Amino acid sequence: MVSNVQIAGAPKKQLSINPKKFILWLFMVSIVMVFASLTSGFVVRQAEGNWLNYNLPVELLVSTIILVLSSVSVQWAVRAAKNKELNQTRLGLIITLVLGTVFLISQIWVWSILVENQVYFVGNPGGSFLYVLMGVHGFHLISGLIYLLIMLVRAYRVDKASKIQFQLGQSATYWHFLDGLWVYLYVFLLIYH
Amino acid sequence: MSTAHIELTDVMEHDDHGHHEQSFISKYIFSTDHKTIAKQFLISGIVWALIGGILSFIFRLQLGFPNMDMAWLRPFLGEWINIDAATGIGKLDTEFYLALVTMHGTIMVFFVLTAGLSGTFSNFLIPLQIGARDMASGFMNMLSYWFFFTSSVIMFSSMFISTGPASGGWVIYPPLSALPQAISGSGLGMTLWLVAMALFIVSTLLGGINYIATVINMRTDGMSFSKLPLTIWAFFLTAILGLLSFPVLLSAALLLILDRSFGTSFYLSEIYIGGEALPNMGGSPVLFQHLFWFLGHPEVYIVLLPSLGITSEIISTNSRKPIFGYRAMIGSMLGIAFLSFIVWAHHMFVSGMNPFVGSIFVLLTLIIAVPSAIKAFNYITTLWKGNIVFTPAMLFSIGLVSFFIAGGITGIFLGNAALDIQLHDTYFVVAHFHLVMGSAAFFGMVAGVYHWFPKMFGRMMDRKLGYIHFWVSFIGIYSVFFPMHYIGIAGFPRRYYSFTNFDAFSTFADLNAFITISAGVTFLAQLVFVFNFFYSIYKGKKATPNPWKSNTLEWTTPINPGHGNWPGAIPKVYRWPYDYSKPGAKDDFIPQTVPYSETPESNLPHEQELAEKEKKGDTGIKVE
Ligand code: HEM
Ligand SMILES: [Cu+2]
Repeated sequence: MVSNVQIAGAPKKQLSINPKKFILWLFMVSIVMVFASLTSGFVVRQAEGNWLNYNLPVELLVSTIILVLSSVSVQWAVRAAKNKELNQTRLGLIITLVLGTVFLISQIWVWSILVENQVYFVGNPGGSFLYVLMGVHGFHLISGLIYLLIMLVRAYRVDKASKIQFQLGQSATYWHFLDGLWVYLYVFLLIYH
Repeated sequence: MSTAHIELTDVMEHDDHGHHEQSFISKYIFSTDHKTIAKQFLISGIVWALIGGILSFIFRLQLGFPNMDMAWLRPFLGEWINIDAATGIGKLDTEFYLALVTMHGTIMVFFVLTAGLSGTFSNFLIPLQIGARDMASGFMNMLSYWFFFTSSVIMFSSMFISTGPASGGWVIYPPLSALPQAISGSGLGMTLWLVAMALFIVSTLLGGINYIATVINMRTDGMSFSKLPLTIWAFFLTAILGLLSFPVLLSAALLLILDRSFGTSFYLSEIYIGGEALPNMGGSPVLFQHLFWFLGHPEVYIVLLPSLGITSEIISTNSRKPIFGYRAMIGSMLGIAFLSFIVWAHHMFVSGMNPFVGSIFVLLTLIIAVPSAIKAFNYITTLWKGNIVFTPAMLFSIGLVSFFIAGGITGIFLGNAALDIQLHDTYFVVAHFHLVMGSAAFFGMVAGVYHWFPKMFGRMMDRKLGYIHFWVSFIGIYSVFFPMHYIGIAGFPRRYYSFTNFDAFSTFADLNAFITISAGVTFLAQLVFVFNFFYSIYKGKKATPNPWKSNTLEWTTPINPGHGNWPGAIPKVYRWPYDYSKPGAKDDFIPQTVPYSETPESNLPHEQELAEKEKKGDTGIKVE
């Protein structure tokens, strides 16, 4: 059977990208579906009335800005790795990790402000949905932090940036995605709160 | 990383693939080889199918013989059989009846026909039929199985707790599923159900992501999408449906978990128990139905599509004819996949949903009958005037077509909101989906096992036992589900413990007994299959390299393919997989690996041009 193959001109290679990259994209699609369903549930439920209206705390804007900044720093780390600047890569990762952690803390801070404004997790679904959206996003963000932390440890173990470049790119893609997801949620909440 | 690069750039480096010494654990237990993982899914699926079957037989006994003394089941069911102190007669516990129905549905839909079916055949066939060494990520694939396994253990253990397993139906509608006060199964049993299903979803996503990534990126040279076997198209689209719909079930489950354990009110509102109001206000149970059926409807196609793909392959091979309307088959699968996301509310016509919205869903639902019908016609036209070889796999495939048509027709009745007011939640619905989904998908799965058994285990299954299995199952299934249409039209609601209190229904007592007996016989026939399966693994006749004279790539591997599938280079692909009985050809089949330049006698004019190009070393094959 196999010998048949050599006779004629080779059939063309099939278009493909790196499967690992592709897997990451598909994984992000599944996360998108989780949030698409939660936000559409939000809209559908809100349309039925009996909905708690509240003002979004301005502090939420602060955490949004922090997270956007962390995207910049992770991109900087990726650029540095491309330029073979291992030390800068490490620094970029550290900054990103710090910003990511600060973001999480500030989300909890926002929760405490919400409670002060009498918007509770247990109670009218209007409030509960807000906590769930923030909480589920935060949960995914923790997974992103762990990924970056692993990259940081690796960055200290290797001697050349090129050795971690691919994985670093993957983790940065995921981080940008989590950032973009939060911006979407923030805008969504601004419109529908 | 490295393996993926090697696979893409230089396949020859993998030559030594078959000779690794592997320990028992890494070879059979925590294996990353797609063929082993497929077998793990298959055997788990068979075990689950037997458990699910036994559960259904117990509640069928109750329905068929409501006065029966079930004391003899006490050794197995213990407290779930209530013994009457005065008479000594044993009765099935009423709440346990609901638990049985729930677990039967959950097990069959998710554990057998989703994990058991896709897990087996997507894993087994995707690399073999597209010409790849393994899945995009063997590790994720292994994780997928072990998540499934853990989920199985949890779901199974939930059947042995004192409050009983989940009892709110496989659709777990709140408030019933949210409140332990409503039914004892909604206590710990429901919690375990939710945990098990969350793990199950993770498993499905890990598997599905892998299938998609593999089909898109790891096809061998020449294997364009327009040369892909229909099996692969079906598995591919199934995985996409799963990727888009299972996360939604995860959200629905998450909100349910919060309602159950953390006091939120997403689905609960204004509920009084024993005259006392619960604190929950402002929730919407219909929201759950929307979220659930947004998964639920695609899920029924996740169950069916792989079987349709398997059937396409088997019917074409055993009719010795090209599949009729290859492109129409792909088109209708794409159509079904797309439409299946916009018809979910046909399960909710009587939920109190806005009737105008309902009528839009009627329209969309009826449109889905069109691609379904195209598929049915194409199977029949493929069979038409074929040189049919009646292997057991072929019989089961034809059986699938029959069930698909019989059950699809009743879907058109149910799809009309006005008729559905009468038919909703009756045995008519039960008949509909057991034929179109349950039996059809099950037959596809069994057909696949008979057909690819030689590739999986290097041996053949016994034909005679296969024929017995087929005829008893085929007649048995119609005997079970056809009468249910009448019972349903007469108004029997589903999920009722007993009908003896309604005089109107007593005329159907004999019919119900008949159904139960048929179900028992059908179940026994499955034991023939199980015996045949395990016996043939060890004692079956040795298989030849290509026992069904098939065109697809898996039959170019050694009889027992090793790790990496092909000992030498991966074969290249020159033609579509359905060149059966081509006029002028020497044989009645031309494998995908045969170039056009070797078959001048049978080439069509445009293929002759390709052959010339092949000779010149030009690649005639476009990347699509
Ligand atoms: C011609 C195409 C089809 C139409 C128009 C159709 C329509 C419907 C409708 C309207 C219902 C809801 C009935 C009710 O609950 O009152 C229903 C139930 C169901 N259908 Fe179909 N159907 C079709 C094909 C299929 C296929 C191909 C499958 C599976 C592969 C399937 C599986 C199911 C299942 C599982 C249920 C019941 C779910 C439950 O309530 O437990 N249907 N169908
Ligand atoms: Cu449906």
